[in-house]
Amino acid sequence: MKETEDTDTRTLLIEEVLRPASDSVSTAVEKKLAEIRRDKPSVPVIYIPSGSAAIIAGSERSAATAGQYLTDMGVNGLVVRTGCHGPAAFEPMMCIRIPGKNKLIFRNVTEDKVETLLNGVFHNDMPEEDLVGQSGTRGFEAWHDIPFIEDLPFFRLQKRIVLSNCGSYDPESIEEYIARGGYRTFLKTIRNYTHEEVCDIVERSGLRGRSGGGFLTGLKWKYALNSSSDNRYFICNAKESDPGSYADRSVLEGDPHRLIEGICIASYAIGASKAFIYLKTGSPLPLARLRNALEAARGYGIIGHNIFSSGFNLDINIREEAGAFVCGEETALIGSLEGKRGMPELKPPYPTSSGLYGKPTVINNVETLMNVPLIMARGPEWFRSMGTAGSKGTKLFYVGGRGRYTGLIEVEMGTAFRTIAEGICDGIRDGRAFKALQIGGPSGTFLTEQSLDLTVDYDVLREHGIAMGSGGLIIIDETTCMVDFVRFYMEFIHGESCGKCIPCREGTGRMLEILENIIRKPHSEDSNATLERFKGVMQLETIASVMKDTSLCGLGQTAPNPFISALSNFREEFEEHIFDRRCRANVCRGLRTFTIDVDRCTGCTVCASKCPANAIYGTRLQPFFIVDEKCTGCGICYEVCKFSAVTVR
Amino acid sequence: MSNIDDILKRYKSGSHESLIPILQDVQAEEGFLSEDAIVRIGRFLEMSTTKIYGLATFYDQFRFNPCGHVHLRICNGTSCFINGSGAVVRAIKETLGVDAGQTTRDGRFSFELVSCMGGCNEGPVVSTGDSFSTHVRAEDIPEMITKLKALADLK
Repeated sequence: MKETEDTDTRTLLIEEVLRPASDSVSTAVEKKLAEIRRDKPSVPVIYIPSGSAAIIAGSERSAATAGQYLTDMGVNGLVVRTGCHGPAAFEPMMCIRIPGKNKLIFRNVTEDKVETLLNGVFHNDMPEEDLVGQSGTRGFEAWHDIPFIEDLPFFRLQKRIVLSNCGSYDPESIEEYIARGGYRTFLKTIRNYTHEEVCDIVERSGLRGRSGGGFLTGLKWKYALNSSSDNRYFICNAKESDPGSYADRSVLEGDPHRLIEGICIASYAIGASKAFIYLKTGSPLPLARLRNALEAARGYGIIGHNIFSSGFNLDINIREEAGAFVCGEETALIGSLEGKRGMPELKPPYPTSSGLYGKPTVINNVETLMNVPLIMARGPEWFRSMGTAGSKGTKLFYVGGRGRYTGLIEVEMGTAFRTIAEGICDGIRDGRAFKALQIGGPSGTFLTEQSLDLTVDYDVLREHGIAMGSGGLIIIDETTCMVDFVRFYMEFIHGESCGKCIPCREGTGRMLEILENIIRKPHSEDSNATLERFKGVMQLETIASVMKDTSLCGLGQTAPNPFISALSNFREEFEEHIFDRRCRANVCRGLRTFTIDVDRCTGCTVCASKCPANAIYGTRLQPFFIVDEKCTGCGICYEVCKFSAVTVR
Repeated sequence: MSNIDDILKRYKSGSHESLIPILQDVQAEEGFLSEDAIVRIGRFLEMSTTKIYGLATFYDQFRFNPCGHVHLRICNGTSCFINGSGAVVRAIKETLGVDAGQTTRDGRFSFELVSCMGGCNEGPVVSTGDSFSTHVRAEDIPEMITKLKALADLK
């Protein structure tokens, strides 16, 4: 029964919605589409955002509990998994629609809260403390005295274009995507426009590559289209290299079909019949969602041979990268797809003239492609109306770190970083002081309080020597040590340097060594060791500038950026580490000294039993003491002491 | 061993660009790349094993010794780092006595560092299979490992 129903739906969607050239559909079909979209549900629907952030926070258990609740109570209702809404601090979230009423959004609904919460909602006893707000759609009755989530600063200050679908449909259902108007733009494009026209429209929209470089997407496509070749390739770069960003994969989890539609349009624009999605390894959920979406699209004939009798063929394959940061670079990525070591090559020739297997190849990142179907559907003028003179549209950011509300956000180009840090993210958690906003990951820069008024704009940032990066933003507060943070990035880059050119391979190693020297515990502070340390420090700036000037690819050229930026903004912190041997954030374990306050210590023995170095001695119920020579500075005693008797200096 | 043959059947012999997908499939099936597997792949693709090793060791994904019964994935992304993953990694190293990518002598545990699993607000995140531990602190590690030992023995 279910199977025939599925086949019927499929036939209806293909024959009545996708195949006809006209936009309008008959009333009967529209009614069916509304049903698929769940526009006016007759039963309660429980939406569970199920991205990686939500699943890690426990959304799967909440979803299972909610399903069990409906069965146990005999309530006729639905549990639907959707993409993520963005605010990671609210996960696991639950959105409930009672027939005829606005959607209610609840936060932190862990499995133990599900029953109470659903009981409350179904029996009109609103559980206020977990309620975020209501989400309004036309034709529904609003709840009294419940704020609209669109009015909360987190959402109000955003402009969600790329994210418009995330959280509102089931990413595993192609039917729902088509019912929401999906894939019609692609089919209209291949019916009505030539390759050149598509490139032209996208160029006129002013869309720039979102992977950091900011090159005009339409122009890049034209270069590939105009290089003479019998074959071209399209690659979607979903290898999110920045260790602090999950933006592309979040979008992919929440709205895989729009990405596929974007790839289809882009492939058509450059005349490629084969496209690859280069996905970061170890991302099981994005991989599963993509596989499912591609399978479904193939089943509907949206990708494959002679798509909807247009004569256009397209095959899309997923290739999992094998774990190398440098493969985010275009030429290294191509090398890796060809089955070689992913090492950057000299450019030119650019991939648009000679890329994969020597054929013209265009590589675009996920966010860029997510914009493409919208531009084709609503026109380049609509897209140009958003943003600034040189940067059009919106920009996604994955905000992590110590902000109060972090997660996936999207802002209009031209928004000040202050709006993001203080408005959308609402400042710092636990009432601590803001220190810096890090943009661009391991090759990025620190924005301090003074530079927060810079705006999200390729040209403004370039003027200040800042790279936009791919979308990672990290909010740092006073508990983070800048020296240690720079060391973390340097360690990462050193591990990922491909080893082809010497400035990067040796430079990162030497810089890491010096930084580690600065934060290491001074075992024998004789004059020689001190001299060595000072000598090293004096070399840091020179090494950084040589690496910047002489490395082959962007990885090496930008690797010293965090250090240079941290040194110019937080010089005093470096000097404290080097001269005073002190870490003001109390992070660098080599420079921490722990002591036990004899007045506060009750002799409970907890610290002594937990100390991994056996450096704490004492008699039960008498004050304990720490032997400095044995202490490794791990800080576990400080964390476990219930009486705040352990002090750190 | 027939597993490897099954995997190889899916690919065209002699085409070097399928080397990485083949290695990935073999690792997914066997858990690691054994010497024998690499020799077979080399024969299939008509490639020298040194070339294959050269490529496989370049990429972080490939491992050349079996995983432990319990394989921990520790997020070392930037957000988790800021929230203290460094101390967690050190504690795990000290408790298990092995480095990332190695397996304990009894074959019970192995661990790897990954960058960003997407749970940035819940960091530091440690995952075992499908389950995730969030807001992990260094002092929780010995207890966590003791609990997992029971699980490792079941396997």
